[in-house]
Amino acid sequence: MAVAPAATTLRPSDPPILRFDVVERVVHWATATLFVTLMLTGAALYAGPVSTLVGHRDVVRAIHVAAGLALPVPLIIGLIGRWGAALRHDLRRINRWIPDDRLWMRRRTRGAARLGKFNPGQKLNATFLGASIVLMVATGSIMNWFDAFPLSWRTGATFVHDWVALGVWLAVGGHVLFALRDPDALGSMLRGAISARWARTRRPRWYEDRTGMPAERLKTSR
Amino acid sequence: MVTDQQGTPVGRRVFLGLLGLGAVGVVTGAAVQGWLERAVGPIVGRDPTGLGALLPVGRFRFYTVTGDFPDRSRADYRLRVDGLVERPLDLSFADLTAMRRAEVTRDFQCVTGWRVTDVRWAGVRLRDLLAEAGPLADADAVRFVSFDGAYTESLTLHQARRDDVLVAYELEGEALSSDHGGPARLYVAPMYGYKSLKWLERIELTRDVEPGFWEQRGYDVDAWVGRSNGRSDEAT
Repeated sequence: MAVAPAATTLRPSDPPILRFDVVERVVHWATATLFVTLMLTGAALYAGPVSTLVGHRDVVRAIHVAAGLALPVPLIIGLIGRWGAALRHDLRRINRWIPDDRLWMRRRTRGAARLGKFNPGQKLNATFLGASIVLMVATGSIMNWFDAFPLSWRTGATFVHDWVALGVWLAVGGHVLFALRDPDALGSMLRGAISARWARTRRPRWYEDRTGMPAERLKTSR
Repeated sequence: MVTDQQGTPVGRRVFLGLLGLGAVGVVTGAAVQGWLERAVGPIVGRDPTGLGALLPVGRFRFYTVTGDFPDRSRADYRLRVDGLVERPLDLSFADLTAMRRAEVTRDFQCVTGWRVTDVRWAGVRLRDLLAEAGPLADADAVRFVSFDGAYTESLTLHQARRDDVLVAYELEGEALSSDHGGPARLYVAPMYGYKSLKWLERIELTRDVEPGFWEQRGYDVDAWVGRSNGRSDEAT
């Protein structure tokens, strides 16, 4: 990525760095809203006690199907246009694993890892949830329009839908917990920017990429 | 310098791997689910923590062919028995519960693979209802109609007179909910779940067996568990 010309004139500890642009934030929160809607209506369709509590099964089902079909839309719109450059760059970062990611995976060597913009946990979470969108829309469609498919596929689709749903609950639950434990990171998904200090200490490789400044200033001054 | 936009495309591999697993799951899930129901289902049923109940094994799934779950109160409920009978019946819910009560505890096996073990049903034996109406000599089959407006089923008169065929109005000691086909439904213990028509409204005695909703779409008319629909489930 090109270094912004003004970057060298900045004092690295001061100005916040843009972590997520407005397109990424809108895509994130639109997708999050749909995910939560689907998880809650899904629970109402699936879990007996919740079913009887909520009732109106036909309405819940209609909401679940509509939200499910809408689920990939924000991401697709965010990715296809000229406005999606930042989102496409981040997708590439989530795809690519550098040797430091492997260091991070082992507790013993975690401290030595110089991470890029995302840590491996975030990469796996995003990859799994991205795949879950495709899997859930596909299997949900088979369940909803079962007439068009072989009979055994309906069972198979239900089977996959159930287990991926369990995974989605765990992944989203974990994601929310980690976000609440890191208010800086959560704030940047709301406002876009994050403190230079956070970037320098937590994601040094990304910090250097963005600012052109070395992340470990203390070490070099010694 | 290595930037974080270079490196091994692990993400893509994991993503495609998950999609591949999903596709395999759709094609083989029916078999895997059957295996899980037999291996894990009974354990989940006895799990004292109740957490096992969250797993997608050993539980009822709710199907409706109309996309809508019909809702009718016990007060509004009517059940007709007519067709080739001496005395057509038009019963209220109270009439139904006034009849001799029968209980059956058996597994519920769906043709799509899932199974719920040891389900306790209570209601009236279909045999008793038929005797009340008195089938005519040329009646040889029974047709069932649901008040969902679409679903029908049928049995031979011989099958309908079995001990383990109920018009059920209680499930696990509780009033049968709308999800489960309440106020009253059919429960045909030895056959796949699609025979156990939900939201029962009418029982019609006929000369011949008329294929039901799913049977017109390829399911076997004689739906014995383990001996039909190309499946080999253990009998219920």
